[in-house]
Amino acid sequence: MTGRTHVHTSINDTDVDFLCESRQSLLEVLRDVLWLFGTKEGCNDGNCGACTVIMDGRIVDSCLVLAVEAEGKTITTIEGIAQAEGLHPLQQAFLEGDALQCGICTPGFVLAAKALLDREPDADETRIRHWLAGNLCRCTGYDKIVRAVLKAGKEMREEAP
Amino acid sequence: MTATARQESKGSGPFKVVGTRTTRHDGVDKVTGRARFGADISMSGLLHGKVLRSPHAHARIRSIDTSMAEALPGVKGVATAQDFPIIRGQALDFSGAVSNARVTAEVILAHERVMYAGHAVAAVAATSPHIAEEATRLIRVDYEASRVERLGSGEDTSPGSNIASHIQLKRGDVEQGFGEAEVIVERELSTQTIHQGYIEPFASTAHWAPDGHVTIWTTTQGIFGVRASTSAILGIPESMVKVIPMEVGGGFGGKASIYLDPVAAVLSKKTGHPVKMVMTRKEVFEGTGPGCAAIMRVKMGADSSGRITAAQFWLAYQAGAFPGSSVSGGATTGTGPYNIDNFLIDGYDVVCNKQKTSGYRAPGQCQANFAIETVIDELAERLGMDPLELRLKNVVKEGDRMPTGVPFPYIDLRKLEETMKTHPHYSAPLEGPNRGRGVAVAFRGHGGQGAPATMNVNADGTISLITGAIDLSGTRTTVAMQAAEVLGLAAKDVILTVVDTDSVAQTGTTAGSRVTFEMGLAAIAAAQEVKRQMSARAAMLWEVQPEEVEFQDGVFTCNRSPAKRMTFKELAGRLARSGGPITCSVYAPSTGIGPSFAGNIVDVEIDPETGKVDILRYTAFLDAGQAVHPGFVEGQMQGATAQGIGWALSEEYLYTEEGAVANTSFLDYRTPTSMDLPMIDTVIIQVPNPHHPFGVRAVGEVPIVPTLAAVANAVYHATGVRMTRLPMSPGAILEALEAKKAQE
Amino acid sequence: MQDFEYVAPTTLEEAVRLLDGNGLKVKALAGGTDILVQLRANRFQVDRLVDIKGIPELNQLSCSEADGLTLGAAVPCYRVYEDERIARLYPALVDATSLIGSIQVQSRGTVGGNLCNAAPSGDSIPALIILGATCEIAGPKGRRTVQVERFCTGPGRNVLEPGEMLVSLKLPLPKANSGAHFLRFTPRKEMDIAVVGVGASVLLDDARQRILSARIALGAVAPTPLLAREAGDLLAGREASEAAIEEAAKAARAAARPITDIRGTARQRTHLVGVLTKRALGTAIARAKEGKKP
Repeated sequence: MTGRTHVHTSINDTDVDFLCESRQSLLEVLRDVLWLFGTKEGCNDGNCGACTVIMDGRIVDSCLVLAVEAEGKTITTIEGIAQAEGLHPLQQAFLEGDALQCGICTPGFVLAAKALLDREPDADETRIRHWLAGNLCRCTGYDKIVRAVLKAGKEMREEAP
Repeated sequence: MTATARQESKGSGPFKVVGTRTTRHDGVDKVTGRARFGADISMSGLLHGKVLRSPHAHARIRSIDTSMAEALPGVKGVATAQDFPIIRGQALDFSGAVSNARVTAEVILAHERVMYAGHAVAAVAATSPHIAEEATRLIRVDYEASRVERLGSGEDTSPGSNIASHIQLKRGDVEQGFGEAEVIVERELSTQTIHQGYIEPFASTAHWAPDGHVTIWTTTQGIFGVRASTSAILGIPESMVKVIPMEVGGGFGGKASIYLDPVAAVLSKKTGHPVKMVMTRKEVFEGTGPGCAAIMRVKMGADSSGRITAAQFWLAYQAGAFPGSSVSGGATTGTGPYNIDNFLIDGYDVVCNKQKTSGYRAPGQCQANFAIETVIDELAERLGMDPLELRLKNVVKEGDRMPTGVPFPYIDLRKLEETMKTHPHYSAPLEGPNRGRGVAVAFRGHGGQGAPATMNVNADGTISLITGAIDLSGTRTTVAMQAAEVLGLAAKDVILTVVDTDSVAQTGTTAGSRVTFEMGLAAIAAAQEVKRQMSARAAMLWEVQPEEVEFQDGVFTCNRSPAKRMTFKELAGRLARSGGPITCSVYAPSTGIGPSFAGNIVDVEIDPETGKVDILRYTAFLDAGQAVHPGFVEGQMQGATAQGIGWALSEEYLYTEEGAVANTSFLDYRTPTSMDLPMIDTVIIQVPNPHHPFGVRAVGEVPIVPTLAAVANAVYHATGVRMTRLPMSPGAILEALEAKKAQE
Repeated sequence: MQDFEYVAPTTLEEAVRLLDGNGLKVKALAGGTDILVQLRANRFQVDRLVDIKGIPELNQLSCSEADGLTLGAAVPCYRVYEDERIARLYPALVDATSLIGSIQVQSRGTVGGNLCNAAPSGDSIPALIILGATCEIAGPKGRRTVQVERFCTGPGRNVLEPGEMLVSLKLPLPKANSGAHFLRFTPRKEMDIAVVGVGASVLLDDARQRILSARIALGAVAPTPLLAREAGDLLAGREASEAAIEEAAKAARAAARPITDIRGTARQRTHLVGVLTKRALGTAIARAKEGKKP
């Protein structure tokens, strides 16, 4: 009944195959099997957002996705955000705006915020706070995170053709 | 833990680097997911460890049968307290319980008795975390339930009570003081058990090599503390234990305690494999040390001019299952912002069958501040005085004595309070019903223990600075900035690496807001020594006397022949061929960090039908002495405020009738989300600290201290109800509003 | 958690066959946002999870002014609240689905799963009740339909027999001059479980002054989400006035049978039922008045 399943996915624009048990979450496989440690575990029950990844264009808590469910999916993790030419505007804004302290929640915030700005680059403070409510941060009080997302949104709007 | 900073912005005042918003050294790694935190490690042969925890709040362990667990395929080893040599070798002694390794061992794995629900009993190492977890459920523990001490109120002070210790501070004659009072306010207040709420669970990986060397990769606020505890518990010399720090995903005092490291080491010894242990969130809540619950009674009197004539302060803090609450933190600081001639302060450390508590940001001080600042607000109201005016009337100044009797060095709390009073927020109209504004101020004193650092000059003119002080929130940057200031370099050119216990001298735990100050002193001392050696080298190359070499703005010159000129970088490039590299190790003794002050102004709105509090506007004030990195200081203030708001309104441990924690997830342990908070405005004032060459004061903890009272005072002014119990949850406020209505 | 068999059928027939475990412990998996948490907490164990997301019929979302709404059991929340037709015709469903968990959870979690999970506090359930939803169920014995207010039978329990599964929810087209609203009370603004949830729908007369009929449903105040039938019925024929709303709120309070737990006391919950019923009715009436005149 148990045993391992072969799963084929695309992670950060690379075809990835892995074997997993049914009970393993996508988060576990990303970290323990693929050594993509940028995706963090904070609660393992969908209440902190530290394990946020983008799957088929939408943010999900990778702790609440079974690895076997990733079959055929396209996944972006924090390791896939920066490009060879440099950091993503959100990463740059977090960096310049002191929007991180300990940094454990940062990958989740960057991915969640990216999914928002890709859809709504003009998201205002209220919208950003609502969108990010599933990502807990204990260090910053969110002030500088929200400001960084606002700033990145502005930059992304200006850069857009 | 290494990286370099980028980008500089111009410094202000006398400084070029200090006071700028340079980009954090660890930033790129953290925004790209490259930074390695406690659990971000794997290696060949790695096993996974899981812990079995007690369902009982208090019970005797009759026996533990691990045979079924050991028989599960994939299980490689099981450990209990019997595997800790210290358990067999030393009797339990509660003196100095906070740092006593025998007590730590008892907390890490229960021996003979479980003292709280969630107390670790046994641990399993297996080929996967799932198998290890399954195996823990196959361990049979025979418990004999005992009486559960739940409340730990501290009422009973007789021998044999649950009071572990008592601290008393006295000045003058309180009876005489109360006799002089025009107005006396008496209140009993209480605060709940709260958790630090760091997002990264505890995680530790250990490898016990065949030659007896133990290597531990862990998330901790202090690697040397982990080394000392682990070696003591395992009965091996400290030199056989090497602790490698991982990035820490939040500590706030909680990760100054240790839970997993010796267990992972024992499991590694038993299995011959490296063993990684990562707590679940539930384990973090039920198995690690939260901040103390407290019951406090305050009696304060003032004469008609507003002078506080006497204060009596009784505090009982729940230590949890072992002695060592933070009651002294509250007793020694609560009345700190006020110059009071007559006071009597009694603090009790009370044990009960709950988690052994740990420090949480300004340990013990938020609770006490909540009590004192609530009563101060009430005194002001009774006297018909502006609450900041009353505070100014009694403000402490240089030369006055702290509650401990130690005189205040150079401080200017008056300036902070006047800044609050004249801030536009304080006079902004509060429009609409059910709205109120609250203020509170706070004092925190800081000690010091000195710090070592090693500095090397690289051939390209950069500096490598090596320390053992864990960076929780940006201290790699703030310490590097201070060295850069001395050497005339950019902050990014000082590359600070936090290294393992084998690579640097004994370094204190990152706690007590000490790293930017104390490691800063070490960095400054090392930079000065490098400067001296570099000047000597320049003198040698120029064939002049060292005294004839000057160093300014990163350039060496010779005051005898102006043509002789070398930049720091040029000289660094010539070191290898002129006598070898320059390196130094220093130890900077502490100069005493000294006091810090903070204040808050907050506006709230209450929904009178549901009791829900909405934070409308928040302004946090802090005397930073000299803000090394203003952005980071603001971040400390904002983060501390958010934690304080959670403490005030929504966070609490809820216990079942049997004494187990009922809310062990972030769903029901409600830390604020981005939706629950407004932007948090910050005002940094800078009264230089005479104990630091750049005037730096401690900034990490004091900003949380005034928050609880500020919010409670705002709730009072919005509703007319004094909330004397935290959290001010919607249900609690609703009840208080109903009770008030019934009275009217 | 113990390992289990994962299967992902692509037809209803196959799914029904796999769900009938012949003694095995089998559960359906849709968004997984409840079941994975419960499995990890060892609330229960399964031998097999049947992932129903690959079945076309369960992903169906059709909304029209002719047939109303058909919502496949595996449709995630975001597809509901991002659908402009649903937003126009069933705003109360948007209210509820945009409150369930985080944006991350809404990417996965489904209305069908929220219903099958049968938590007394399930946010979508009062909304479905006031909108008159029916549950389409498939099983070894064929198909059947159940009114949504009869679907949950206790905390975590529902009417599904072994081998049965929820296929879809059908919501009738709201009548002209009708409006509905769902809201809940939580200590935090988001990421929380309802202390109380209340849904209300009203149908007004053409003058939009008088209430012709109303439904009120309550969450987190009984073993299952509750249709407070009397509270709604007493509004029939009444002016949409404060006095009438007050009476309905009183009746809703009387219908509530709350318990005290870590999320609230029984007394607080009863009080909140009154407060939220008034607010839900107020918004439902306002929405009824906003709509296009027939």
